[in-house]
Amino acid sequence: MNNKIINWFKFASPQSFYPLAGRMIPWFWALTAIFTVAGLWISFFVAPTDAQQGEGYRIIFIHVPASWMSMFIYLVLAFWAGLGLALNTRLSGMMAQALAPTGALMAFLSLWTGAFWGKPMWGTWWVWDARLTSELILFFLYIGFIALQAAIDDPRRADKAGAILALVGAVNIPIIYFSVKWWNTLHQGSSVNLAKSSMAQTMLWGMLLMALAFWMYAIAVALTRARAIILERERHTEWIKEVVR
Amino acid sequence: MLTATGLSCIRGERRLFSGIGLAVAPGEWLHLQGENGAGKTSLLRILVGLTPAAEGEVRWKGESIGALGEEFRREMVYLGHHAAVKEDLTALENLQISAALDGSDLAERGALAALFRMGLKGREELPVRVLSQGQKRRVLLARLLARKAALWVLDEPFTALDVKAVQMLSGLIGEHVAAGGMAVLTSHQSMPIAGGRVLQL
Amino acid sequence: MLAIIRRDLLIAARRKSEVLTALFFFVIVTSLFPLGIGPEPTLLKKIAPGVLWVAALLATMLGLTRMFAPDHADGTLEQMALAPTPFGLLVAGKVVAHWLVSGLPLVLLAPVLGIQFDLDAGALGILVVALLLGTPLLSLVGAIGAALTLGVRGGGVLLSLLVLPLYVPALIFGAGAVEAHISGLGAGGHLSLLAALLALAVFFAPWATTAALRIALE
Repeated sequence: MNNKIINWFKFASPQSFYPLAGRMIPWFWALTAIFTVAGLWISFFVAPTDAQQGEGYRIIFIHVPASWMSMFIYLVLAFWAGLGLALNTRLSGMMAQALAPTGALMAFLSLWTGAFWGKPMWGTWWVWDARLTSELILFFLYIGFIALQAAIDDPRRADKAGAILALVGAVNIPIIYFSVKWWNTLHQGSSVNLAKSSMAQTMLWGMLLMALAFWMYAIAVALTRARAIILERERHTEWIKEVVR
Repeated sequence: MLTATGLSCIRGERRLFSGIGLAVAPGEWLHLQGENGAGKTSLLRILVGLTPAAEGEVRWKGESIGALGEEFRREMVYLGHHAAVKEDLTALENLQISAALDGSDLAERGALAALFRMGLKGREELPVRVLSQGQKRRVLLARLLARKAALWVLDEPFTALDVKAVQMLSGLIGEHVAAGGMAVLTSHQSMPIAGGRVLQL
Repeated sequence: MLAIIRRDLLIAARRKSEVLTALFFFVIVTSLFPLGIGPEPTLLKKIAPGVLWVAALLATMLGLTRMFAPDHADGTLEQMALAPTPFGLLVAGKVVAHWLVSGLPLVLLAPVLGIQFDLDAGALGILVVALLLGTPLLSLVGAIGAALTLGVRGGGVLLSLLVLPLYVPALIFGAGAVEAHISGLGAGGHLSLLAALLALAVFFAPWATTAALRIALE
C-alpha cells in the first residue's frame, strides 16, 4: 500500500516529471502533425461542399474542435487545481498554469472563427447566440485565471488562489451556460438555427481528426510550458543546475 | 506543552530555516532571537497555524495543531506586529468586540480594568485613530489581560512602548509564566524574566 | 457571527460617506441612461430592468474591494483567523454585513429609480423581490473574488475581471424576471431559479471565501 503511494508520487515530483515530459513531447508533436495533415486533407479535399452553406462551412473544422478543446481544457485545469488543493502537490499547480494559455487560445480561436463563419452564414460578425456568448464568458474566465496567477508573486500562493478560482469557475460554467441558453431562447426564439442537418460521414471524420490534432497539440504545448515553469521555479535546486549544465 | 519538530520554511525561493525543533513546557518561556530576515515572524506564524510549514509539525499537548483547530486556538493568543485594532472604534469597543469575536463575553468592567492597567485611563472612549502608536499597541496588549490563554505568542511586543510600559509588560509576562503559563516571543531586547530559554535562528 | 456583523455595521455607521458614495453611484448611473438614450417612455421601459440590474451589479462591485482589505491591512483579519470561533462563521458574518450595508439599500432604492423608467407597480414589486434574492448572491460570489485578490497588485481591477463573468447568471435571471413580468410571461420561473442559485451560493461561497482568505494570510 505504502509502496504504491510512493510510486505515484514519484511522477508527481517535478524532478522526475521533467525528463519524462521531455521524452514525451516529440511524440505528441509528431501525432499533432499526422492528425493535422490528415484532418486538413479530409476537410479541404475529401469532404463535399455543403448544399446550403457552400465552401464557407469548412471553417467548422477549426471552429468546432477549438470550442470543444476550450471547454475540455477548463475541465482538465479544474481537475489539476482540485488535485493540487487536495494533495498539495507542486506539479498540479504547474500543470494548471501551463494549460491556461492554451485554453484561452482555444476560446479565442473559437470566437474568431465563429465570427468568420457568422459573416457569410448569418450576414453579421457577431450574434448573441447562446453558444457564442458562453464561449465569450469562458474566455473571460481564462483571462481572469491567468491575470490572477500573474498578479501574485509567490508561486505557491498563486497556485492555490488560482486553483480556488478554477474550481469556482468550473461550478459556474454549467450554470452560466444554462442561464445564457435560457436568456437566448426568451429573446431570440429560433431566429438563428445552426444547420444541423445530415452531416456527411466524411465531415464527421474530418472534424474528429482535427479534434485529435488539437488535443495532441494542447498536450504537447502544455508539457513544454510545464517544463519551462519547472525550470523557472526550481532554478535554485541542485538537480536543475545539473540538467542545465 | 508546545512542541515542534523539524520545521522548515521557504519564502519565495529562499529557504529561511530548516530542521527547527523546540519545546515549551508550562512555566517556561522561549525567546526567539535572530537577525532581521532570519525568519522569526515566519516561525511564529507557523507555530500559531497561520502559515503551514514546508516541512515538520507543530504539536500542542501531543496533538497536531491542524487537527486540534479551534481547541488549540482557544488556549492561545497571538499578537503580531500589526496594531490589529479598528481605527474608527474606541479602545473599549475594540477590546470588547475582539473578545466577542473570540466567542467570549467581556463585561465593560473587565475591559475597563484591563485598559486601566495598560495605562489608558481617560482614553477608553476615544477613537483609536487619535491615539499614538504606543497607545494603540497598549490597546492590543490589553487583550492579554482580558482573555485567559495558556500560551502567549508575541511578535516584537515591546515595539513602540516607552520604558514604563516595557517594564509593565515584562512584569506581566513574568506573572503569566510564574502562574504556569507559556510564552514564545521575539524581541531584540534581553528580558529579566525567570524560566526563559533562548532559541537562535 | 452576530458580533462581527455588529462590528462592521458600527464601522460603516462611523464612515457613512463610503456607503453613500456607492448608493449615489447607483442613482447617477441609472439616471445617465435616459440622458444617453433619449426620453422615449416605451424604450426606457424596455431597458429599465437591464439598466437597474447592471447598475446594482456595479454598485456592489464598488464595495467589494473594501470587504476584507481594511481588516487585512490592520491585522484584524489575522486575529479572526486565529479566534476560537470557526473562521467560516466570521467570514459569513462579514458577507452578511456587506450585504446589509451595500445590498439592502440598493433594494430599497430601486423602486424609486424604477419610477423614472415608467415601470408600473407590479413590475416594481418583482424588481424588489428579484433584487432581494439577487443582491445577497452578488455579495456571496463577490466575497470569493475579494478574498482571492486580497493584497494583490492591482486588486481592484482584477477583482472586477474575476467577478463580473460570475455575475452573468444573476444578471440574466434578475433582469429577466422583471422583463418576463412586463411581457406578461410571469416571473415565477426566473425568481425560483434565482433562489436556487442563492441557496447554492450560501452553501459554497463561504467555504471558498474562507479557503481563499487562509491562502492570503499565509
